[in-house]
Amino acid sequence: MKDQPLSFLGGFKLTFQHLTRPRVTTSYPDDKKPKQPRQHGRHVLNRYEDGMEKCIGCELCAGVCPADCIYVRGLDNPPDHPVSPGERYGYVYEINYLRCIHCDLCVEACPTEAITESKLFEFSFSNRSDAIYTKNELLVDDQGMPQKLPWEDWREGDDMMTSGWMRATSPSGSAAYEGEVQWAGELGYGVRAPEGGQSGHRDDALTGTKPLREVLEAHLLAEDIPLAHRGMQGRVWRAKIGAEKNKKKMEATRARLKAARASRKAAKNEKSEGKA
Amino acid sequence: MTAFLATDPLFAQGINWQVLVIVFVKVLVAFVALLTATAMMIWFERKVISDMQSRIGPNRAGPWGLLQTLADGTKLVFKEDLLPDHADSFTFKLAPYLSVLPAFVAFAVVPVGGVIRIGSHIIELQVADPPIGILLVLAMSGIAVYGVMLAGWSSGSKYPLLGSVRASAQVISYEAALGMTVVTVVLVSRSLSTRAIVVAQSGGFWNWNLIRLGFLPFIFFMIAITAELTRPPFDLTEAESELVGGFHTEYSSIRFGMFYLAEFMNTITMSAVVVTLFFGGPDGLIPPWPGATIYMPIIWFLLKTVAFCFIYVWFRAALPRLRYDQLMDLGWKRLIPMTLAWLLLVASIVTWHWRGLLMVPVVLVAGFLLVRASKLGADRSEESLVLPPVGRRVTPALRPREDQGVT
Repeated sequence: MKDQPLSFLGGFKLTFQHLTRPRVTTSYPDDKKPKQPRQHGRHVLNRYEDGMEKCIGCELCAGVCPADCIYVRGLDNPPDHPVSPGERYGYVYEINYLRCIHCDLCVEACPTEAITESKLFEFSFSNRSDAIYTKNELLVDDQGMPQKLPWEDWREGDDMMTSGWMRATSPSGSAAYEGEVQWAGELGYGVRAPEGGQSGHRDDALTGTKPLREVLEAHLLAEDIPLAHRGMQGRVWRAKIGAEKNKKKMEATRARLKAARASRKAAKNEKSEGKA
Repeated sequence: MTAFLATDPLFAQGINWQVLVIVFVKVLVAFVALLTATAMMIWFERKVISDMQSRIGPNRAGPWGLLQTLADGTKLVFKEDLLPDHADSFTFKLAPYLSVLPAFVAFAVVPVGGVIRIGSHIIELQVADPPIGILLVLAMSGIAVYGVMLAGWSSGSKYPLLGSVRASAQVISYEAALGMTVVTVVLVSRSLSTRAIVVAQSGGFWNWNLIRLGFLPFIFFMIAITAELTRPPFDLTEAESELVGGFHTEYSSIRFGMFYLAEFMNTITMSAVVVTLFFGGPDGLIPPWPGATIYMPIIWFLLKTVAFCFIYVWFRAALPRLRYDQLMDLGWKRLIPMTLAWLLLVASIVTWHWRGLLMVPVVLVAGFLLVRASKLGADRSEESLVLPPVGRRVTPALRPREDQGVT
């Protein structure tokens, strides 16, 4: 190939083929790539289903934080109206997002599953004091949903499974934990589907995981594409997927056409009645 | 004066105010259309090249990013205009105009449509139809070299100077091959006027010079013109990895923008020239619709030109940049002899008809001798190479030192 004098013509073929290949780019601010199930974003402080706060002010999160971004002060629960079910509660809870590296060690450390991370990472501030989120901003609302603050860019799915965060599928390498729910169901969210682990018993549809070679199949080398997705067979397969995607659109269009036809008929009837 | 204007039927009845108005309108339309087309070309190139690289390309300004060029241009106008300390101020400011003006002027001779009639005036749809038409294009591409050359020299900086020296050497080298392919076209059309060249090709694609001249001159012309435009793969003048930005390194603001403008305008102009010389210009099938004789030629011309703009972009996407010695090899050792041989063939066939085929063995023998000579020359020069080619380099310390008797 190297020594053929006209081998550069292959470049023309390749570049021309690329015209029809799907783009890998997402037009970012308009639409976004689906986030991975374990994306680390802005924290939330969870509540129990009766509305009690989970945080007991133990400061383990602050202690484990490698970036020193968490500041917690605990206080004894007032006996007549306790804030948390334990002895103490988090009186002050602040996270400085100019320091936070979203390592999730605080989530691992928390004994009551009080602090978890949402998938939101698009929040910007124009001064330093705004970068420090206080307890008021971090705490979930009465429905268990994270507060959507005005400067944050929440999109659909950013708060999914916020409190259903999971540890590694097989803690300490023990296969016994594989496929088991590792984290309790919360206010606002149910139990999250267990992720598969090393043994491959995974339910990608439930957890939302999508392997890269499936997403970008058109860009793989020909021999890496599964036989069922090549040639005529592949074309049929792709058409099926496309049809599924377009089904909603088609249905909407059909409904619109139907409505238009009905209205036209009605107008015609009115006209003929008017004449009669 | 009258002899000079004779080929343009617009001036046949003398020059009065109506003729002047028509000329003015033609110039204005061509100016605006070319500027708009250049903006579109920049958008087109960015969009196509991004498609070929599986990207999206400009999509923020206007629908499908159509106004991206406008946004870029506006930005460039408002940027600070820097004048380097060591620059020759007057020449530095003059150079961008020397690049842009020829690009405009060269387009003037390109026939974009057929001939229309308004009242008693016969109007050719091109800005001007001088008897020397195609020479004007060559002259303008020659003058454009001054823009690049002076820009590099007047910057008072090393990279631009190197870039401009490369550019002028490259453009002058390929101008010979370019000129000779143009001569083959002129030989069969028997005229230098672009209108006459187009008329000679009308009446079906088998009359196009592409077919009549035997395809090869078209390929030579495409290669030569790509080098002439300093577009990829011949864009050594602005090889960013070696020369920062080439001749326009020191330019900023709208002066830089003008070089950019000139480059893309030249691309359009040269696409149009290729269409004129080899693809019959506005020639094409005309359906029997009312008024089709007026607008169909323009549509055909635009289609062909856009196709060539696409091909230039395709070149850029598909081919890696040549090394400088490869560029010169291709120009001097291959393109010039081949165009010369083809010119000889065409000339002898034009004069002697079928007997002209006798020239084929002559050309073959001459070609063989030339290849042999260039190989001999290359072998001989290898002994006294100042810098041996990469891979054959021997460190002086490792070389046996026969002169000192040490082995």
